[in-house]
Amino acid sequence: MLVKPLKIIVLAKQVPDTRNVGKDAMKADGTVNRAALEAIFNPEDLNALEQALRIKDSVPGSNVMLLTMGPGRAAEVVREGLYRGADGGVLLTDRKFAGSDTLATSYALSKAISKLGCDVIVAGRQAIDGDTAQVGPQVAEKLGYPQVTYVEEIEKINADGMEIRRRLDNGFERVMTPFPVLLTVHSSAPGCRPRIAKNVMKYKYARTLTELQVAAEDYTRMFNDRPYLKIQEMGVDDIGADTEALGLSGSPTKVKKIENVVFKAKEAKVIGVEDKEIEELIVELIENHTIG
Amino acid sequence: MNNIIVYCETNGNTVADVSLELITKAHSLANQLKVDVEGILIGSETEGLEKILFAHGASIVHKAEDSRLAFYQTLPHTSIVCAIMKKEKPQIGLFGATTVGRDLAPRVASALKSGLTADCTSLEIGDHYEKKIDTRYENLLYQIRPAFGGNIVATIINPDTRPQLATVREGVMKQEALQTPLKGKVKTWKVDELVEKDDFAVEIIDRQVEEKKVNMKGAQIIVAGGYGIGSKENFELLRQLADVLGGEVGGTRAAVDAGYIDHERQIGQTGVTVRPKLYIACGISGQIQHRAGMMESSMIISINTDPNAPINSIADYVITGDFMEVVPAMIKYYKKNSK
Repeated sequence: MLVKPLKIIVLAKQVPDTRNVGKDAMKADGTVNRAALEAIFNPEDLNALEQALRIKDSVPGSNVMLLTMGPGRAAEVVREGLYRGADGGVLLTDRKFAGSDTLATSYALSKAISKLGCDVIVAGRQAIDGDTAQVGPQVAEKLGYPQVTYVEEIEKINADGMEIRRRLDNGFERVMTPFPVLLTVHSSAPGCRPRIAKNVMKYKYARTLTELQVAAEDYTRMFNDRPYLKIQEMGVDDIGADTEALGLSGSPTKVKKIENVVFKAKEAKVIGVEDKEIEELIVELIENHTIG
Repeated sequence: MNNIIVYCETNGNTVADVSLELITKAHSLANQLKVDVEGILIGSETEGLEKILFAHGASIVHKAEDSRLAFYQTLPHTSIVCAIMKKEKPQIGLFGATTVGRDLAPRVASALKSGLTADCTSLEIGDHYEKKIDTRYENLLYQIRPAFGGNIVATIINPDTRPQLATVREGVMKQEALQTPLKGKVKTWKVDELVEKDDFAVEIIDRQVEEKKVNMKGAQIIVAGGYGIGSKENFELLRQLADVLGGEVGGTRAAVDAGYIDHERQIGQTGVTVRPKLYIACGISGQIQHRAGMMESSMIISINTDPNAPINSIADYVITGDFMEVVPAMIKYYKKNSK
């Protein structure tokens, strides 16, 4: 059965790299210096991009587009996607998005997706700055699409839909889903293919209009000659969103308090490695019924 | 009215631990709020399961039973939970932060346009004053969770939308049966009236689930190792110590990723949260993500060649040395001194 080309949107987010908060990223008081953290392509969104590219590999003529919401610098996520094989990308950016929680974010993304149109949405399971795993399912709900979360592999694609293996807490499940559908991809799925040299050459100067305006050199002519270099920007007006449903006013959750996790040193008892000291420790633990 | 509703996961013919942990917690929150706890049970055979919920503090159990609901599926469960919540108007709705709860709760929150906080590690009741609009909110649910890779702890509130929804991590709250079970009521819902035909558009074609072989959460003694253990063979040494002490072996994410130890034994933010009587950390530097999963252990012994390993700051005993020498000595002296 022949599958018609699919329009695939990858949801990707630029995040601070919270995985390796090393000594240099810690302030003297033991709290995190966020400015010292590198902005990266959210790791599970790279797993998502790989799944999207695999769909494109098996269904010729399909199109993979990245959609990212964030400030101007998040255009970097779109460029990275283009280097790895995506066909295009959109930066959803507007000051009115600031302060959006997952509900407001998914509203904005769903409005943008409605404008762009698609058969399959692929997102990472969760972003490492919030770890909520909420935006994917909430986008699906707003669009009325079914969702398949914790995806590890797309095993078959036919005209009716896709057969997908998803991870469960203690095993896995295989499901058959029709189109359109939203998938969220787990980190145990294959990693993303590397950048393709040809694409890096081709898209190295890909810019949003805003980036162009502040660029030191005038790229206008190059952009007229090579329209594929233009990264589309969309704002509130472009997606026809209700501003009340965005930003702080559209976000039911509020942060009441943030506490930095500071580990206060306890009075640890230092034990030597001599046999005698270890024996004394063991005897102490037996006597106070911690062990034995 | 305006009770606390807990979505309960079933596990074969029993209720999942995380759901009983939530019912237990909900019961204490409900006492503070002077309301009741309601449970939702969805499945193909839920006969008798309500008794377990009554025993842990639920006084109403909503049941939706249908042969098509043998296994969890996003769309029918969303339709059923939304219908029950719209009708019952709970002030708080709780889900386990499992692959089921984290799939379902966001979808429900989106449909109800309610705020949802993921992966809470603590829930409290408290007030809030909003300066901008000079409004005092009483008895809100404080949803407390680690964020930013575990480097901060955030308290989230939903002042204006109801229900206040949260998913809660497995194992962080205690599960406790009441002295006398509540004399509860079952409310039966007709599934056909709540689900649409399209809700079964995604079809489960195969499902392989293994019973959990190890019970890290219940272990009183845990001997854990990090990447520094160096090999699967070296982990055998930790296993020997765990065996003689009657405990379990655990590992950090790095040790799991390196293949030294099984995924189900991973301790930390992306693994299980444990709170044993004794935690022996071998060659573990103590990344914040790992500490988040074990810092509530009653006693921590750190064995590390690095005297400045971050884990030492939360340890009760620090042994600066090589686990390859220290662990065999511990085994030897335990055998010698135990009766």
